[in-house]
Amino acid sequence: MKRPENQKLERRSFLKISALAGGGVLLGLSTEPKASAQGRGTPPAPPDPHNYIRVAADGTVTIVAKNPELGQGVKTMLPMLIAEELDVPWKSVKIEQADFDETKYAGQSAGGSTATPNNWTPMRQVGAAGRALFLTAAAQTWKVPESECSTNAGRVHHSSSGRSLGYGELASQVAALPAPNLAGLKLKDPSEYKIVGHTQPGNEVPNIVTGKPLFAIDVKVPGMLYAVFEKCGLFGGKVTSANLDEIKKLPGVKQAFVVERPDITDAVLPGDPGLENGIAILAETWWHAQSARKKLQVTWNEGPRANQSSEAFAQRAEELSKQAPQRTIRADGDAEAAIQGAAKVVEAAYSYPFIAHAPLEPQGATAHFHDGKMEIWTNSQIPGNGRRMAAQTLGMSEKDITLHLVRGGGGFGRRLNNDYVVEAAYIAKQAGVPVKLLWAREDDMTHDYYRPGGFQYLKAGLDSSGKIVGWRNHFISYGEGDRFVASGAMGPTEFPQRFIANYALQTSVQPLGIRTGALRAPSSNAFAFVIHSFIDELAHAAGKDPVQFRLDLLNAAAPMPEAPAGGGGRGGFAPPGVDPARMKGVLELVAEKSGWGKKTHPKGTAMGVAFHFSHRGYFAEVAEVKVDAANKVKVNKIWVAADVGSQIINPGAADNIVQGGIIDGLSEMMGQEITVEKGRVVQKNYDRHPMVRLAQAPPEIEVHFLKTTFPPTGLGEPALPPVLPAVANAIFTATGKRVRHLPLSKSGFSWA
Amino acid sequence: MAFKLTVNGHATTVDVPPDMPLLWVIRDVLNLTGTKYGCGIGQCGACTVHLGGQAVRSCLTPISAVGNQPVTTLEGLSHDGSHPLQLAWQEIDVPQCGYCQAGQIMSAAALLAKTPKPTDKDIDSAMNGNLCRCGTYLRIRQAVHKAAEIAGSTSKTKTMVPAGQER
Repeated sequence: MKRPENQKLERRSFLKISALAGGGVLLGLSTEPKASAQGRGTPPAPPDPHNYIRVAADGTVTIVAKNPELGQGVKTMLPMLIAEELDVPWKSVKIEQADFDETKYAGQSAGGSTATPNNWTPMRQVGAAGRALFLTAAAQTWKVPESECSTNAGRVHHSSSGRSLGYGELASQVAALPAPNLAGLKLKDPSEYKIVGHTQPGNEVPNIVTGKPLFAIDVKVPGMLYAVFEKCGLFGGKVTSANLDEIKKLPGVKQAFVVERPDITDAVLPGDPGLENGIAILAETWWHAQSARKKLQVTWNEGPRANQSSEAFAQRAEELSKQAPQRTIRADGDAEAAIQGAAKVVEAAYSYPFIAHAPLEPQGATAHFHDGKMEIWTNSQIPGNGRRMAAQTLGMSEKDITLHLVRGGGGFGRRLNNDYVVEAAYIAKQAGVPVKLLWAREDDMTHDYYRPGGFQYLKAGLDSSGKIVGWRNHFISYGEGDRFVASGAMGPTEFPQRFIANYALQTSVQPLGIRTGALRAPSSNAFAFVIHSFIDELAHAAGKDPVQFRLDLLNAAAPMPEAPAGGGGRGGFAPPGVDPARMKGVLELVAEKSGWGKKTHPKGTAMGVAFHFSHRGYFAEVAEVKVDAANKVKVNKIWVAADVGSQIINPGAADNIVQGGIIDGLSEMMGQEITVEKGRVVQKNYDRHPMVRLAQAPPEIEVHFLKTTFPPTGLGEPALPPVLPAVANAIFTATGKRVRHLPLSKSGFSWA
Repeated sequence: MAFKLTVNGHATTVDVPPDMPLLWVIRDVLNLTGTKYGCGIGQCGACTVHLGGQAVRSCLTPISAVGNQPVTTLEGLSHDGSHPLQLAWQEIDVPQCGYCQAGQIMSAAALLAKTPKPTDKDIDSAMNGNLCRCGTYLRIRQAVHKAAEIAGSTSKTKTMVPAGQER
């Protein structure tokens, strides 16, 4: 374990202080953002003072939560880091959601399990800087050396004289002090933590259980109309004609108009095309608008994509698998020769479907255009992209668009795309009144950015000792030429690259007419199933215990390459390779906790194991499943071992989100599949795209965190991927039948 | 059309189309935001309210079918979070995003009204119409047991019957 304790700060940070009217003080960590994030858009404006901490003269502490909250717990977790170092009692802290302003709050987004790794150090520094200022102010007041002063629970103490002053009493003085140097601040030793590492309930829970207006769907602006937006079932389809005159006469309808975006032609590949063509209907309630919509008669120009179907995708994949791959992504050694010379060869074809995100709160946003400026209330995961796209689409300047960040009813990656934000802004501008746009569930299911389906044709060779000597994967995805659709790529360091000397990753693509995007643990949510199921096939072919086989594989690692600047790997979410020591740690722990190899099970019941590294997190999981004579699968229990570094910041929330990730993964196995017919998505609601219900969830999910010396990393994503292969591998041990196609029905199983 | 309603103990009149679902009357006309829209076809349970003490999916209940039965929404359990289910949900720290939880709590309230000490099996069957996209099911089950315990240790009849349903 040789990595440095603290991650290097990528940005130059310094503290800004401003006085508050009324004698308070506000402290903030200003950041000079990189000139241009990913080379897109205009360079961010120069840094401005901004506030994370507000201490009123009466001692009330308000901490600003900067990131969008969609259920990942970040609105509680980030302020915990500040409060800990500021040394204030958690119960006295009020939390306030920041508006979107990246000149004040660098990096306001929710995605990639990045909130913890990106903010672990800066947020603690904000708190520590605040504490340092109160210490200085008190020492100056008492004319004693700072070294004689200490803080506790929002007060500065001078023990030798017995004096103390509350932060509120010092607030006006602090405003006049120069900012401390962040790099020189001493952060607490974890043994001193009173807040971090101790479960703090979600700060909005009291409001959730009493039904307070918290979510995007709950936003209300005086004079607001409710809008629906009818789009073509085919992406990019355009309105030729519509019976708008009739629609406008229907009860409660106030406006109806066609939204035209002539430039939308081939926007599937770039990812987020923003506004689509369609028809907006505005009414006095959402129900009036939705009812009127059912009377719409539209003629669409459907465009070129009406011929696509899931059946044709599968046929084409089969054809491609028999041809030479279009491209080689990686070739280490000579995989073909190694496999040819192997004592045993295993070959298998895997596939997985398109999946919808379907967060329970459908897409929607509220927008109000007034006095040449736009105000938007949104639960976007990347609000900055939403603002940029709205500005471009409406011909406005970004500075004239204000974004209020509102709680999202789940995100799971869907709200990384801002199509619905731009729609709301466009409709509100055109309508001239405040508008709350809300999609019906059917809109959401048929206009998602789907997790791309895919096909993988694997072949590997084992030597006489059971060691993997060659590995070849022909990965068949979607794209055009050298480009993959969004989240449809496999990178050159995909596991088990570096663990097998002769490794070949080749690819072929076919064109796709539906949009794709990142679903919780993007690419890992599909690849883990394939790769760690196939490794299990190899373990059984080698006649080895599945845990021992994996430990042997991890021991065969070539040295880990140095992390390139900026992270590298999977969109910057992961270092370039798996650290085998960390993975062995969680694999051994999960084997121990689950009693792997030490239990006897009745016929039809068995355990399966898998691990996966994604989004900086190391996870190994064991599933115990029972399969009955009718091939119905019941998951009895899941054991999870995780290494996400040295500190679990909010342990109760951490368990909750890991368990949720596991259940999410089980839903993906159980029955989720989006199919395409005549270019359109077939499944329109939860009845055809089911998720696990209470009685279908495993009664127990046991979570163990292995604390290591590495900096803490995120939990939103990495728990999910291993559960699919762990369950699939348990099904094999229980039945002798291999799950190679998802959802389970494609492999002859169903969910009990 | 005018419809007389009693929602959370308050009598009111709304002028809406007869086929308008109770969900949208509650949300867009009466401005009560606890009750959520998730699917519109009775699959997710986010819109669960009590109608005459029974848990119903308000997205599939036209206003014309309400009649004189009292309606109770999450807000009707208590405004201050003091109902045993609201207390239990806070103590167990159930929610992640929280969007489904109003419906979960209303289904649980209907269960506890009939079955004050439910088994896991009772809970599984009563709560099976409520989806949680975040997967907080294990905590939901735990919190229903906890609420039963809280209700059992206080005055049962008073705390478990929400406002508007007193008979």
